[in-house]
Amino acid sequence: MRLPVLICGIALVAMIILGSLLSLLQGALDLPPTECLLALCDTLFGTHWSTLDDYQRVVVTELRLPRLVLSVFVGAMLAQCGAVMQGLFRNPLADPGIIGVSSGAAVGAIVAIAIFPASIDPLAVPVSAFVAGLLTTMLVYSLSRSKQGTSVLVLLLAGVAISAFAGATIGFISYFSNDEKLRQLSLWQMGSLAGASQVNLWLGFFAVVALAVAFQRKAFALNALVLGECEARYLGINVEALKRQLIILVAVGVGVSVAYAGIIGFIGLVVPHLVRLVTGPDHRSLIPLSALCGALLLLVADLMARLVVQPAELPVGLVTALLGAPFFLALLIQQRRQWN
Amino acid sequence: MELDPTAMLELTNLRSQHGKVPHLAVEQLRIGTGMMVGVAGPNGSGKSTLLRAIGGELSVTGDILFYQRSLHQWDPLDRARHLAALPQFSQIGFSFTADEIVAMGMIPLSLSRQEGRQQVAALMKDTDCHHLMGRAFPSLSGGEKQRVHLARVLLQLSQATQPPLLVLDEPTSAQDLKQQHRILALTRSLCRQRGYAVIAVLHDLNHVLRYCDHCVLMKEGRLSAQGKPGDVLTQDTIEAHWEYRPQLAGHMESIPVFV
Repeated sequence: MRLPVLICGIALVAMIILGSLLSLLQGALDLPPTECLLALCDTLFGTHWSTLDDYQRVVVTELRLPRLVLSVFVGAMLAQCGAVMQGLFRNPLADPGIIGVSSGAAVGAIVAIAIFPASIDPLAVPVSAFVAGLLTTMLVYSLSRSKQGTSVLVLLLAGVAISAFAGATIGFISYFSNDEKLRQLSLWQMGSLAGASQVNLWLGFFAVVALAVAFQRKAFALNALVLGECEARYLGINVEALKRQLIILVAVGVGVSVAYAGIIGFIGLVVPHLVRLVTGPDHRSLIPLSALCGALLLLVADLMARLVVQPAELPVGLVTALLGAPFFLALLIQQRRQWN
Repeated sequence: MELDPTAMLELTNLRSQHGKVPHLAVEQLRIGTGMMVGVAGPNGSGKSTLLRAIGGELSVTGDILFYQRSLHQWDPLDRARHLAALPQFSQIGFSFTADEIVAMGMIPLSLSRQEGRQQVAALMKDTDCHHLMGRAFPSLSGGEKQRVHLARVLLQLSQATQPPLLVLDEPTSAQDLKQQHRILALTRSLCRQRGYAVIAVLHDLNHVLRYCDHCVLMKEGRLSAQGKPGDVLTQDTIEAHWEYRPQLAGHMESIPVFV
């Protein structure tokens, strides 16, 4: 049974707003809820209603707020990219990192962490991650191209091989790192949204909007691609150009996400799957609903990461994997039952 | 050579190589509007390859002119509105419903949601798959899938400004007896009433005799014979192509019936 797209969209938006408020009010520092909301109003509209101390205000508006916004952006980007990759590979088990972008970005980030002293410019790691992610994707993509066009199968295999190579490189660097660096390296790989700031929020905002608009314009064509490349060509679609554009967009989307938040697994894999079960596989609704659902999930996961072991916090990638893996297995088992 | 004013598709000196072995070598084939063409030949004789060449899916030397224009000179969307192909096999990993698959025929068209829905329903009735609306496509039988795709390609051609060309690769292979005749009668009526040209690979020679205006026989990548089905398909030519001599069971409405 499918549910109406519009209702699901509205419900998801409502839950995101609710989750955002919750995330703003909850944390290691106990603050009165109304004061938190007033502080939010002050930041957004320039009023002076809040009576919080400066340090309390900073916690709400410069720690919690950017972080929850970043979780929404990153979750939305990863889930959209996952939906697109699954459509492109015509396979519901594809992950947005399948074209090598996450593993490439990880190598970039880890090289930056290992080489530069901790005091270096905070931009070194994200920039290095983003660039390495893009370069790796370009390498994987160029390996899969031939005179006959891009082979999706070779793309997949090249992605797997390059990811394995990247894994080995990371292992190699880790092996020669000292304990402090090693801890930094492994924490980065578990993902965290703690690095949110004004600069990356604006960048993230533009990335997520540009991605959503671009994907929406390709959604109908992506439906045709699910029929098969040959059928899509008969339907008047320039399949080669479509594949190239989608790969670039996904590489940018995942690259930005990884650069900001490290490796966050399962959002891109599980969310499109879940949305497909509820509203069907049409990419015109699948992609935007995946964005909303991914945003909500990462928001909730980050909230849990902050609350479970407070005043410390868990890496959010651990939470998504801990929740995502069993959930994904449950979906698989349920589907197998349906087929039988 | 004189140009037939109604010629829609003209193939001249078509060659495609696979290594050193030519696997398609077609001197000439012309298909006019309103014509239903049956392609027959033993397995591996190049029938599907010919259809792939016509659809522009194969790199070939020679000319393929569709309305006096080479295929790659067409605007892709305009081409899609005038040339559609029914796939022989179909694997879809996502559970689109049957009517969603049919609606994908709208991709090159400009139809409102309302018009689209009406068209989808009408064409699913025509292809006898109206009862499959809302069913998940992967759960359908092979024949049902094929009819859903047929409805889709017919929708794709529904806004053609000139009579379109429909390429069918074994449209009856997965169908039961009733559906075989329904599909062939439907495509034939599209030729007769709306000037469609149809080129179909058919394995049942009696279907070629009964429904087609023109028969193309293939062997080893060449067009070995073409002409009116009744003239081309004789016991001798059939034996020469398939190494099997059929019995003439009689005539039905003056059309020979082979068994």
